[in-house]
Amino acid sequence: MPEASSLRVTPLNSVHRALGAKMVDFGGWDMPVQYSGIIDEHNAVRTSVGLFDVSHMGEIEIRGPQAAQLADAVTTNNVAKLQIGQAHYSGLLYDHGGFVDDILVHKVAPDHIFVCVNASNQDKDFEHIQAQNKFDCSVENAGSQYAQLAIQGPKGAATLQKLTSTDLKAIKYYWFTDGEVAGTPARIAHTGYTGEDGFEIYVPPSEAARIWNEVMNAGAEFGIKPAGLGARNTLRLEAKMALYGHEIDASINPLEADLGWIVKIDKGDFTGRDALVRAKEAGLKRKLAGFEMRGRGIARDGYEVYLDGAPAGWVTSGSPAPTLNKNIGLCYLPIEHAVPGKSIQIIIRNQPVDAVTVETPFYKRAK
Amino acid sequence: MYPENFRYTKEHEWVLVEGDTATVGITDHAQEELGDIVYVDLPKPGTKLEAGKSLGSVESVKAVSDVYSPVAGEVTEVNQTLADSPEKLNDDPHGAAWLVKVKLASPADVQNLMSAADYQTYIGAEK
Repeated sequence: MPEASSLRVTPLNSVHRALGAKMVDFGGWDMPVQYSGIIDEHNAVRTSVGLFDVSHMGEIEIRGPQAAQLADAVTTNNVAKLQIGQAHYSGLLYDHGGFVDDILVHKVAPDHIFVCVNASNQDKDFEHIQAQNKFDCSVENAGSQYAQLAIQGPKGAATLQKLTSTDLKAIKYYWFTDGEVAGTPARIAHTGYTGEDGFEIYVPPSEAARIWNEVMNAGAEFGIKPAGLGARNTLRLEAKMALYGHEIDASINPLEADLGWIVKIDKGDFTGRDALVRAKEAGLKRKLAGFEMRGRGIARDGYEVYLDGAPAGWVTSGSPAPTLNKNIGLCYLPIEHAVPGKSIQIIIRNQPVDAVTVETPFYKRAK
Repeated sequence: MYPENFRYTKEHEWVLVEGDTATVGITDHAQEELGDIVYVDLPKPGTKLEAGKSLGSVESVKAVSDVYSPVAGEVTEVNQTLADSPEKLNDDPHGAAWLVKVKLASPADVQNLMSAADYQTYIGAEK
């Protein structure tokens, strides 16, 4: 067992252990990678409902009359366009255009922006935002004030609806509302990281274990399963959602990561904007592309990619795709080759194995 | 759980010696740690194996794991069913899901490996 003292734990740590979860060190957090098995949990989310503890994720609160202006100055997407109760996916960039983090920005009130950030980046993100606070805002690193549960899958809404008087049907995708879950104040967001319908709820840490059990009971009739980081990864990869440290990091800009849709160049100045304009003018050199294995083998993060017999890029994420029954991956390729239908080779244990670039996302749910 | 007539390695392989032939597999503990096994890469018959060197790999959804040969010798047979049904390694790692059979270069080598009791102590301590 890992030394408890050296790893950070969520309020649900003992719940995971009691469920017999396999625990791993995930960026300094003691987190469940799987319970019943990655494929089983993955399938539960695609066909019914799964429950994830994502309390390791960080939260940053920006408050003040100019909260939206500060958020707009440090992120790529257009915060001014967000309505109260609306959220969007966005990027925090360095001046040179590379990612500090990828984040979810929620507009709670005209003077209150709530940001959900990656666990291992939260302190860095907080300092990055605070350092640019020329707007007299209060910026708070609030990760310890929230536990976060993700209820994901086609039966996610039906499960959560049993525990709240908030009409979940009235919350559009990427909108949220403050309500109650199982009698406890909760931020209820129609968001997720699985490519499936579902909700993410932010609750007080002291209530997390009770709410976890309430959700499990509510979902019992649908065969709800606790799901770990292993399934979270295969689900997000099928949906081609980026993972910090894999598809994106300080050396990658959002245009290369095929995330141009979260960059609003015309919204006004923001950190990294000039670098992105220059990168666009100079012409992008590389871009993220999806691929499927054709030969036998599984691509893994960091494996080299060859094109026409020469090194051309690297795999950022690779895995079996349980829903698709294929081995898939994402990789960086020279931009002229980052299009579907290109024959590439993945170097697996010094052997080139055939693969082909494909349209993404690999999986898209029926609406 | 861990057959008495097998010998075990610290890298969680087992070996069963019958005459000058050894059958090699991975342990129940190994499959449990790996989780859903989705791919098995094994050597061709005729391949010469060295003790302690990689003979192939087993992959779960999450990760790749090398399999190290517990013995030296020549591969005589490979479990072909694992190519199409790698998940059998999760169900029956000590039986139907053996990996390779090896003609031993030196049958006495296996005496250096762990007994079932020692292996169980070893994985107990590892946890």
